[in-house]
Amino acid sequence: MVDRIADPWGPRTPYAPGAAWPERVDMFLGDGLSEDEVDGWYQSASVLHSNGDAMDIAVKDGRIAGVRGRAVDRVNHGRLDVKDMYGWQANNSPDRLTRPLVRDGGRLVEADWDTAMDRIVTRSRELLDGPGGWGHFGFYTSGQLFLEEYYALGVIGKAGIGTPHMDGNTRLCTATAAAAMKASFGTDGQPGSYTDVDHCDAIALWGHNVAETQSVLWMRMLDRRRGTNPPAMLAVDPRDTPVAREADVHLAVRAGTNVALMNGLLREIIRRGWYDEAYVAAHTIGFDELCRIVDGYPPERVAGICDIRAADVERAAELIGTSQRLLSTVLQGFYQSNQATAAACAVNNLHLLRGMIGRPGAGIYQMNGQPTAQNTRETGADGDLPGLRNWDNEQHIRELAELWNVEPDTIPHWAPPTHAMQIFRYAEQGSIKLLWISATNPAVSLPDLARIRRILAKPKLFVVVQDLFLTETAELADVVLPAATWGEKLGTFTSVDRTVHLSEKAVDPPGEARADLDIFLDYARRMDFRDRDGEPLIRWTGPEDVFEAWKECSRGRPCDYTRITYERLRGGSGIQWPCDDEHPEGTERLYTDGVFNTDPDYCETYGHDLSTGAEFSEQQYRAKEPGGRAFLHAVDFQPSPEVPSDEYPLLLTTGRTVYQFHTRTKTGRARQLDAAAPDVWVQISTEDAARHGITDGDLVGIAAPRGAIQGPARIGRIRAGVIFVPFHYGYFDIDRPDRLPRAANELTVTAWDPVSKQPIFKVAAVRIVKLADADGGR
Amino acid sequence: MHLAHYLGLLHRAQSNLADAFRQVGEAHADEPDVFHLCHQQAGVCDRHAGLLEPFARRYSEEAPDEPERLHSELFSGTRTGGIGLLRDLQDLYLMAAECDVCWTVVGQAARGARDHGLQQVVQQCEGETAIQLQWLRTRMKAAAPQALVVAE
Repeated sequence: MVDRIADPWGPRTPYAPGAAWPERVDMFLGDGLSEDEVDGWYQSASVLHSNGDAMDIAVKDGRIAGVRGRAVDRVNHGRLDVKDMYGWQANNSPDRLTRPLVRDGGRLVEADWDTAMDRIVTRSRELLDGPGGWGHFGFYTSGQLFLEEYYALGVIGKAGIGTPHMDGNTRLCTATAAAAMKASFGTDGQPGSYTDVDHCDAIALWGHNVAETQSVLWMRMLDRRRGTNPPAMLAVDPRDTPVAREADVHLAVRAGTNVALMNGLLREIIRRGWYDEAYVAAHTIGFDELCRIVDGYPPERVAGICDIRAADVERAAELIGTSQRLLSTVLQGFYQSNQATAAACAVNNLHLLRGMIGRPGAGIYQMNGQPTAQNTRETGADGDLPGLRNWDNEQHIRELAELWNVEPDTIPHWAPPTHAMQIFRYAEQGSIKLLWISATNPAVSLPDLARIRRILAKPKLFVVVQDLFLTETAELADVVLPAATWGEKLGTFTSVDRTVHLSEKAVDPPGEARADLDIFLDYARRMDFRDRDGEPLIRWTGPEDVFEAWKECSRGRPCDYTRITYERLRGGSGIQWPCDDEHPEGTERLYTDGVFNTDPDYCETYGHDLSTGAEFSEQQYRAKEPGGRAFLHAVDFQPSPEVPSDEYPLLLTTGRTVYQFHTRTKTGRARQLDAAAPDVWVQISTEDAARHGITDGDLVGIAAPRGAIQGPARIGRIRAGVIFVPFHYGYFDIDRPDRLPRAANELTVTAWDPVSKQPIFKVAAVRIVKLADADGGR
Repeated sequence: MHLAHYLGLLHRAQSNLADAFRQVGEAHADEPDVFHLCHQQAGVCDRHAGLLEPFARRYSEEAPDEPERLHSELFSGTRTGGIGLLRDLQDLYLMAAECDVCWTVVGQAARGARDHGLQQVVQQCEGETAIQLQWLRTRMKAAAPQALVVAE
């Protein structure tokens, strides 16, 4: 077998344009187990990245014993990401939480479920009584739960408690993808399909290190690149990543300048006549204003702002401008950076200008970082309303009120649901008094960690954490609930390209751990939430009940699930929504007819000003008479909120490694993955290293106005002036007395995009200093 | 010709608004979006003032004495806390509203004077002032329920 740690992408299976991607079934079984010794295989898909790779879980003697890719699946054709190959071992980790914990006298002590739930319910009741009681609750969830769990939580929060303070950590990863699609096309929902890789003749990767974040998608791209008539490739990334090295044109822009680059490229596309005049006229709004803005970005000016060569701007424009089937993919280099939504919308602009949408090979992936992020957006467990409804559309609110049998007033819709950073701000100020965090780890993943720890540790804030392990966040909780996870519970989830997969329960959870859905339903029962007829608001008992209810909620909306059943998902491959009477087999691509979801009665938002986030009214939106046309949005470049200074002369950018997921809660507990990338590092350019007298492996300190970290230096493969630190590394695997600061988010700034509210992780001003030689001397 | 007086009024209103945006941004720096956007919008106001200046100078040559009680004082410092934030944003809103109506008045005058250069400036800037109003309203709408009903 190939050593997938040494070669994370495995062997190539080249293929030609339009051909089927060859199968390659990846498998890993632990403890020397052979395939025929496995007791049973259980269908599932990955929750360790957003690709949605389908796999089967091997069970031996009641324990998960390995995984095998599902050859029949449309997403991965049998391949597995290295994180999936080994990550399942975390399920069997000896330090899983098996009993609830409650804080007594400053310490977390074991308790039974009744005690733990009673504390939560007692506090909830105290808070809910009285005017504005809803406002004391905050729910901060994950990109790791299943669709059914998000939907149940969304109904509890919005119809039970009536609070708008619900968001997911998808806010950190994917909020801009949603915001950009809403702004350009009217609603969320990925226009393209993973099969676009099979047909494209050019691939543009906008701030997306796909080789490490969605490695199976990268395998598909690499296999096209090694086959006949390979697609051209453009990469935009300040680092020299595997993607950048593969690309024909690499633009190593200065961090925080994406909008200037995109404006420059759009200008070239227009001036060189590479845009589709007929498509633009028939299917878009805003061309003249777009031209007015981008006209100010000739290649030389772009080169100056982005610190790249003007000739490379022209080469990149030619690569994308002369392609016939352009595939774009966008991720954190754009989403977690300055002017995030504007930059992501600019990619949509590019495809709209070129008429490259809704046909094979002409796809846009506004990517997700978290695997089940799509479901939080669809079901309303984050800052959206269920069924991609518009909070500012009274009719949409009435539909939800009918569905849940509550008064429309119960559902908070006076403003958009509160975004994560604002939830933490309300907790900091003391108006949110109960914060329920499920399956995520803000004490490592949010910006400015010293502040986040201060908030979570506030005595007046009651913190509930529901997770698999005693994470850095759980350490600060008042009640810790042990949760079941992937492989231990039943449910569905949806990948970036709208593919819905079923995940079977393969084994029982350890000890008294419970499925997140069971915990939410138990809370609803104990709180005795009622509908307007005095009947219980929540009557579901298991995942399939919730799924069926969700289907009704999705009916007639873009994410229509009505023709999907658990039974149809069993045995076969994933199904792409919308899957309704009109599209019983699912839908591969959206907007094939060039008609977009911008109808005022159907759209998910009436739009924003991209510079300030100012919301437009229904009246203003209607006046634009979109008539099914998409919006072209353009704004001028503005420098990032934090730029280098004499004191902090370097730009910090954060990111990932292929071996770790998020804050390593699972991957840090898989032996092979932990060994492959056990600790933080600091990547610095050759020029900057020389200037600071740093050689490879030296211990360096990085300081920002908010905090400092230390770690070993890795020199090269990054543009001058920029420092990279992977964000995964926290403190759970280090004894408390030995904890030196190493989490990248000790350094990052509390600031966010005005539209998507996604934090700006990619641009912080820092300085570097050498602390010790590689061998430990000074 | 009294256009210079209104140009002066608008110029000073833009400068005052820039100053108030900065003060409110600093006073509420713990609200990072307020901090960043107030500073961003202060820059927008500075630019507006800069664009008006040559016109104000030019028309002042033909202007009689400035009439009494032309200018108004709308801002007298910042407050603290959640409700203080709301009141401060509301002050900014009123100041931006004054600029907004001044743009309309000056724009009409520019038409009467057949001054295409000034018309262009008005056209560009009045849209940006409208966005400031809209942003302030958006931010206040989101903050009001928590500040007025929930916070202690």
